Amino acid sequence: MSDRERSQSRDREQPEAEEAVESTVESETDLEELDDLLDEIDEVLEENAEEFVKNYVQKGGE
Amino acid sequence: MAIHKVLGTETEYGIVVRGDPGFNPAVASSLVVNSYPGERVKVRWSYEEESPGRDARGFGHDTYGLIDPEGAVVNSVLANGARLYVDHAHPEYSAPESYDPLEAALYDKAGERVMHAAAVAAGEASGRHISLYKNNSDGKGNSYGAHENYLLSRETPFGDVIRYAMTFMVTRQIFTGAGKVGKENDRPEVDYQITQRADFFEEQVGLETTLKRPIINTRDEPHGDPSQYRRLHVIIGDANMSEVQNFLKLGTTALMLAALEDGALPDPLDLEDPVEACWQVSHDTGLARPIKLDGGGSATALEIQTRYLEWLSKYAEKELDDPVWAQLIDEWERTLSLLETDQGKLADTLDWVAKQRLIEGYVQRDGLQWSDSKLKALDHQYHDVDPAKGLHYRIESRGGFRRLFDEATVGAAVTDPPTRTRAYFRGRCVSEFPNSLVAANWDSLVFDVGEAHLKRVPMMEPLRGDAARVGDLLDEADDAADLLKHLGG
Repeated sequence: MSDRERSQSRDREQPEAEEAVESTVESETDLEELDDLLDEIDEVLEENAEEFVKNYVQKGGE
Repeated sequence: MAIHKVLGTETEYGIVVRGDPGFNPAVASSLVVNSYPGERVKVRWSYEEESPGRDARGFGHDTYGLIDPEGAVVNSVLANGARLYVDHAHPEYSAPESYDPLEAALYDKAGERVMHAAAVAAGEASGRHISLYKNNSDGKGNSYGAHENYLLSRETPFGDVIRYAMTFMVTRQIFTGAGKVGKENDRPEVDYQITQRADFFEEQVGLETTLKRPIINTRDEPHGDPSQYRRLHVIIGDANMSEVQNFLKLGTTALMLAALEDGALPDPLDLEDPVEACWQVSHDTGLARPIKLDGGGSATALEIQTRYLEWLSKYAEKELDDPVWAQLIDEWERTLSLLETDQGKLADTLDWVAKQRLIEGYVQRDGLQWSDSKLKALDHQYHDVDPAKGLHYRIESRGGFRRLFDEATVGAAVTDPPTRTRAYFRGRCVSEFPNSLVAANWDSLVFDVGEAHLKRVPMMEPLRGDAARVGDLLDEADDAADLLKHLGG
């Protein structure tokens, strides 16, 4: 049995309410993490997106 | 028993000269390749027909008159056995032949480090800022390739390869895609799709790679003994930043081909219209769209891949001892299972899911329209090979991507060749005898040892020239002439 299968069968044994709480907490953590990530990326993102995209022209290759 | 699936990737990188969009991209690519600061030899790359090689321990050598029509084009062989060169208007890194898909994913990752080092050096040499992107489309209808190569037996009927691989290639997109904002090439409008490449495929089977691209490419250039081998040249994949995803792409495909050679697959599920299905699968990020099967019925790409997983996990368990295949099956199982139940969890595994999460995050936070340039900028910048700029690397550095290799291992793959294929011989010769090496190809090296004729060493067997066979010879040789004397003996 893989770890994934083990964790699935463990989840199945939990009462539904507990599962719901767990998944809400998880998704809040996810959202905070995503906010942090976007903040970090704001710092490195191309300053003039329009200009960058306009100038991103490649010759076909292969 | 299927022949060993020696494999490798070849990747063309997108190139931008900052502040000078008119700069000739072929010149810029030459600058990048010429500036690479790592160990390498600039060589001629020869395309001549091979004469049958005399194989003493995998090698013989004969005299060789050298004229290379592409001699002027910048070309080099690296100490890790890779080829670094200019292809059309892109710098290209062709990874060394690898023994298994894990190693192939490692050497593909090493290519990103090679390209970044080359871009930095080119910037210093030219006073310009050059950025490189490991992606496959400029969003304006121009695509450049990330190809895969797999060694096949000449005996495997190519018609069978076409039938099984067609369905496999179209449906594997759900875990091979690098993600793209928008559509190209007159395909229907879509905000975001799974792959960079799908929009560009217009034929089922063919020889082309630059226009009317076929799902199955028929280039028959084995780079080995043509009486025994074929090389399947796969052009439909995306370049992957994710190590796990690259391993999955290369591993599942190699496994499918091995099972096919062993006659271990049930009848293939043929698609009614593979070309239509190709973009339809890519445009369906919800993975719910049924694809029509030839002869009636339909199935989603995920269902078809799940079928392949069932077949191939049984095959791998029965036929293949190497633990790399068990690792592959575990990853494949996890990926297909999460694609079905909880796609978002694959943001640490698949480029297209990670990029989608990022871009949708911006759409929601900033209230952006899908046509906003910022989203396309994010799309491109995900693939920048500068660790400070590349968004994949930014996510990775926060622990947001599962990795297969630590940085020391990747660094070693930049300088040292694989040990179990002929790439070992090529790479070691670059390190040991750089001044004697004058030309190279995948299946030969040409040396100048100061005699009247150049000496060619054919390498028609991809698994020979490995460390076990030639390591001692290379360690002991005083110079290239000494090496050739012992090889020929």
